[in-house]
Amino acid sequence: MTTTIRPPASGTPTPQRRAAASEPLTFRQRLSRFDVKASPYFYVSPFFILFALVGLFPLIYTLVVSMHEWDLLKGQGPFVGFENFVEILGDSMFWNSIGNTISIFLLSSIPQLTIALIVAYLLDQGLRAPTFWRMSVLLPYIVTPVAVAIIFSSAFNEADGLVNNLLNVFGIADQQWKHDTFLSHVAIATMVNFRWTGYNALILLAAMQSVPRDLYESAAIDGAGAVRRFFSITIPSIRPTLIFVIITATIGGLQIFAEPRLFDVSTAGGIGGSDRQFQTTVLFMWELAFFRRDFGEAAAVAWLLFLLIVAFGLVNFLISRRIATGGDRPNRRTRRARERATRGGAA
Amino acid sequence: MSTLTPEPIPAVMVDDVEPDRPARPRYDDGSGTPGRRRRRAMGTAGIGSRPGFLTYGLLAAFIIGGAYPLWWSVVVGSGTNATRGETLPLIPGGNFFVNASKVLDAIPFWLALGNSIIISAVITISVVTFSTLAGYAFAKLRFRGRDGLMVFVIATMAIPTQLGIIPLFMVMRELGWTGTIGAVIVPTLVTAFGVFFMRQYLVDVIPDELIEAARVDGANQIRTFFNVALPAARPAMAILGLFTFMMAWTDYLWPLIVLSPTNPTLQTALSQLQSGYYVDYSVVLTGAILATVPLLVLFIVAGKQLISGIMQGAVKG
Repeated sequence: MTTTIRPPASGTPTPQRRAAASEPLTFRQRLSRFDVKASPYFYVSPFFILFALVGLFPLIYTLVVSMHEWDLLKGQGPFVGFENFVEILGDSMFWNSIGNTISIFLLSSIPQLTIALIVAYLLDQGLRAPTFWRMSVLLPYIVTPVAVAIIFSSAFNEADGLVNNLLNVFGIADQQWKHDTFLSHVAIATMVNFRWTGYNALILLAAMQSVPRDLYESAAIDGAGAVRRFFSITIPSIRPTLIFVIITATIGGLQIFAEPRLFDVSTAGGIGGSDRQFQTTVLFMWELAFFRRDFGEAAAVAWLLFLLIVAFGLVNFLISRRIATGGDRPNRRTRRARERATRGGAA
Repeated sequence: MSTLTPEPIPAVMVDDVEPDRPARPRYDDGSGTPGRRRRRAMGTAGIGSRPGFLTYGLLAAFIIGGAYPLWWSVVVGSGTNATRGETLPLIPGGNFFVNASKVLDAIPFWLALGNSIIISAVITISVVTFSTLAGYAFAKLRFRGRDGLMVFVIATMAIPTQLGIIPLFMVMRELGWTGTIGAVIVPTLVTAFGVFFMRQYLVDVIPDELIEAARVDGANQIRTFFNVALPAARPAMAILGLFTFMMAWTDYLWPLIVLSPTNPTLQTALSQLQSGYYVDYSVVLTGAILATVPLLVLFIVAGKQLISGIMQGAVKG
């Protein structure tokens, strides 16, 4: 197979090689050089070409559509500039959907991250049969969002669903899970939490496992309790992962669709409640495009949602960085513990 | 996202390293080490103590909370619509096959299952292939513009491409693809995440010397890729494949828009079950269970890889 012997890129050339360099390159050498130079581009080009076609182009073209009158059936109308955006920003249903999305997002992400942190902490205790516990925690993740929505939509049924039945046992009257705005948000957030808490717990667990154990030990010797160690050592140490989880939760959480779409289909027709009390923004966009056939306005909603996601991502990034660096100035005890740990490791 | 710098994961977790004692490995399953050593000093709370009843109890409560909704669906799905009215049903009835046959009558279940399998398989093969190629180039080959292109990949990872569905729908209609599974497959043939994931994996796992050696031996670039990169990339390819398959399988919004009820995926077909005014929940929940079975099988076969994928992804970023 030895067809070509190519000189290494750098290094002092030996006399032999110098002689070779002065001669004109053979066809094989040229081929080999072309191979080295061009191959990387061949490898990356399928991704970039396909991504440009099916990812980037639609996103940019959404902007074009949003600046025209554009009907689902009649097609492109006249150019209207930012009129669609003005229309949407003045539409109370848009703001309703934004409010619902943010409410559901907060109701899902905050409890979800809190519980995931606790579960990760429990899983990090050196359990027996860790694989069993990890797999059990992950089980809900394999239920698809549509199935989750169907199961919980049935469980939250107002007349005779599981949740109201259980509440009755404790003497609490039936709740209007599908008609009350706040309660419907709680129900939808529950579906999201059901599926993602275990998943996020495993991500956080991985980060916790890479925290050096001697850090905890030194802190314990210095008299730091479990709670103190958790907030002063664990949280700051897993900061990058925590930020990662929060950002992913934001990007996903603001695009919730299947859950509100399938919650209470039979009476509300799948547009997010009889009063749109749990219509999220993606669901609103879907209704605009495929029920009201207004592609122009739907495209404007897509772009506004995109901006919202970026803004939220940035805000979350900044906040979570601050929270996680709460131990930025670690108190003396932890600092000493850390120092001791490094010294211990070096010895 | 650039703050998420990759950190190497130690293959063997180091316990309490003390200066006068060598590090002990972690006995995750508690086997192989007799006596008191088994009760190793581990964990963040119990320094020097084993996790107690409270730890196991809390975890068990969390897991039951996650599993009961599924079990409840099985119980109701195997009962009648009246089972749902019971307070805390625990024992399955004998109606599962009756309900299952109702599901098969109501929706084109087998067609939907076949469609979902084809769609997810093609997307998985495509994403894994192109991601490995591009990830290898970004990780190990030198070319002009490499860093700029990589930044582009990372930036696009955060962009929700879902928001481009309106032009995408217009294109599919123009091509006459609406209603065909090709329209579901094409938009997800590549993902930026896949490229990033493979690049992060391969950058550590293949020594540059190995590529250099292959070159000295006269292997051309594509041969180097097949003989050096591909064998090393296999574990990451499996994990990426698993996640891509899950993503394609669970997708709902885009198939709902571009497919018709007569040629659905499993997810869109399942959602049709619920659309009538009178809903027989035992049938609907049987559908949910039937649709969960394929992923449950996947979970049983490849659950460990799924877990290690999630946990590696966390540290790798």
